[in-house]
Amino acid sequence: MSVQNPSADAAEPAETVLSWGRYPKVTHRDVHKPAWDDQVARILEAAGPGCLLPFGAGCSYGDSCLNAGRDLIACHRLNRLLEFDESTGVVRCEGGVSLSDIIETFLPKGWFVPVTPGTSFVTVGGAIANDVHGKNHHCAGTFGAHVHRLALHRSDSGLMVCSPAEHADMFHATVGGLGLTGVIAWADIQLKRVDGPWMTTESIPFSSLKSFLDLSHESNDRFEYTVAWIDCFSGKNARGIFFRGNHAANYRKKFHPKRGPKLPFALPAWVLNRWSVRAFNAAYYAVHALGKRAAMAPYDVFFYPLDSIRQWNLLYGAQGFLQYQCVVPENRLEAFEELLERIARSGMGSFLGVLKQFGSAPPAGILSFPRPGLTIALDFAMRGERTLELMRSFDEIVQASGGALYPAKDARMSPAMFQTSFPEWRSLIPYIDPKMSSSFWRRVTALPPG
Amino acid sequence: MRKIIVLGATSTIALEVQRQLATRGWELLVVGRSLGRLTEIKADLLVRGATRVLTYPAELSSIAEHNGVLEFASRMFPDFDTVLLAYGSMHDQSLAATSIPVLLDELQVDFVSSAALLTLFAADFERRRMGCIAAISSVAGDRGRRSNYPYGSAKGALALFLQGLRSRLYPAGVHVITIKPGPVRTPMTDHLPKALPLADPQEVAHDIVRALERRSPDILYTPMIWRYIMAVIELIPESIFKRLSF
Repeated sequence: MSVQNPSADAAEPAETVLSWGRYPKVTHRDVHKPAWDDQVARILEAAGPGCLLPFGAGCSYGDSCLNAGRDLIACHRLNRLLEFDESTGVVRCEGGVSLSDIIETFLPKGWFVPVTPGTSFVTVGGAIANDVHGKNHHCAGTFGAHVHRLALHRSDSGLMVCSPAEHADMFHATVGGLGLTGVIAWADIQLKRVDGPWMTTESIPFSSLKSFLDLSHESNDRFEYTVAWIDCFSGKNARGIFFRGNHAANYRKKFHPKRGPKLPFALPAWVLNRWSVRAFNAAYYAVHALGKRAAMAPYDVFFYPLDSIRQWNLLYGAQGFLQYQCVVPENRLEAFEELLERIARSGMGSFLGVLKQFGSAPPAGILSFPRPGLTIALDFAMRGERTLELMRSFDEIVQASGGALYPAKDARMSPAMFQTSFPEWRSLIPYIDPKMSSSFWRRVTALPPG
Repeated sequence: MRKIIVLGATSTIALEVQRQLATRGWELLVVGRSLGRLTEIKADLLVRGATRVLTYPAELSSIAEHNGVLEFASRMFPDFDTVLLAYGSMHDQSLAATSIPVLLDELQVDFVSSAALLTLFAADFERRRMGCIAAISSVAGDRGRRSNYPYGSAKGALALFLQGLRSRLYPAGVHVITIKPGPVRTPMTDHLPKALPLADPQEVAHDIVRALERRSPDILYTPMIWRYIMAVIELIPESIFKRLSF
């Protein structure tokens, strides 16, 4: 699967760095941990071709943040805020700054991140490199759409500042570029004005795909954030809970950030089985199925319910897990139903099923994942070949429907699947930094080793 | 408004302490070797809410540069009330144990220059009959161990020095805090075995900030569990301890 770099064989100390799914388990030759911007250029200079990959918080699920047998540049210490313009809400920060750091610093001043994925632990560099999306995709697009400018450390041309206006081609390659175009030194992010940390939220049960779509259509104009939880055992008669919300105005209740427990070690694999998950899903649905409910919720509960359980990924046991996130065009609803049927029949899905209707915002980068249609994200405990076989059977449906898989979640898609999901993929190649590569990229482009 | 001078401002623990102080509205004078890095720190602290940040580049392991630091502080940052000494170095043990130049460099950075610098600031605080001096020693200074006694002896000497200084400055109302962190996840410990449990710099900084705000305790173990671990380690008889390889 991942290719060993022949020149790495001699080097001894190997470091295991895991992505969020804890699969695949690969070793790296070295993990550089620069603490200062001035050290990055030296690391780039000393490296051989195709040897490096920037690494943020490791929140990608698969191997897009890994570089088996080669080196990583861990960017977590490059976490400085460099400038903030109070009048415009634009913050300039280094690539290793986390979204949670931005929120904690600027929310008290009335600013929030423009787009956020389901965890706040991601770095700005990672959010750009994967052009992440959130519950507001239908009105705000992806994270990359809110980046005004960024500076890249390139091994061939030094520090390169790019934006939609200057070096626009490099900018569009870097947004969604999976870290392959260089190390993001800093980026200017447009924050959004909010009144405070509270959200007005509603949860509404639904019991078919059609009623989900009706809810989604009628909510898109009135709610900034929409998403649904789906019971993966319910098949094409999808039942689930639709969540929608807006930033609350003029709500002054005192807010205490939550800091929950931490899973100390990987649970035994049998804890999550089809019966325990089925029972959880039934109970979760039953709790919310009583009818529409409205509530005020703090932003962290609304956006990041899982962040309160640190290391929840250990729930899936030592073998780790895979997340399957695809998008299927909305006019291919029958394909989507078939996919839901196969997921239900497999009995292998988990309780974290998420469904969302993407908006029609144009892609911000060459390899941006979101496109008009329905996206579903679902976890599967890694159980070896049968899990991989199951996912290949999902791929057939997604590929035939003209859909796509999300690289940030992927650890196993075939080169053919990737290349039909992202027909523009070859146009990224000229912008890849000659010293950058990744396990994911080598796998899906099936490039020869070395 | 509290005013602090951080000596060795680019060390990982110092970085976190400075951020937490910035959000609490402290004014800071940050001293370190590289002006470029100090400028980055200043930008970060100002964005995070510091009211005022001054920078002063100096090579603190060189005693000749010490007077310049105090002069600058007295002129540009008068009435500072707290000094945190946060710099240090840990060489590879096998080098420090065999190479005399490396050993002397470690003693120079971690003890000799630190003691000299603190003597300078102690006199200033004693004259003003106010202030708080905090310095980062280490749990490694509590007992000489096979695996890092050069570093440990310098940090242990620093702890003894601070103990005496605390007593000397007590009548003048100047408080001295000895900070003894356990192993912390920093560039200094990146090369250590991965199995070692490392504390987060944020957690250690949180304890230090609380101590600076309260000017208490005298000796701060952080994370606190190290106080008990070291109490046990100090009970081991030397005849047994010398056989232990850690």
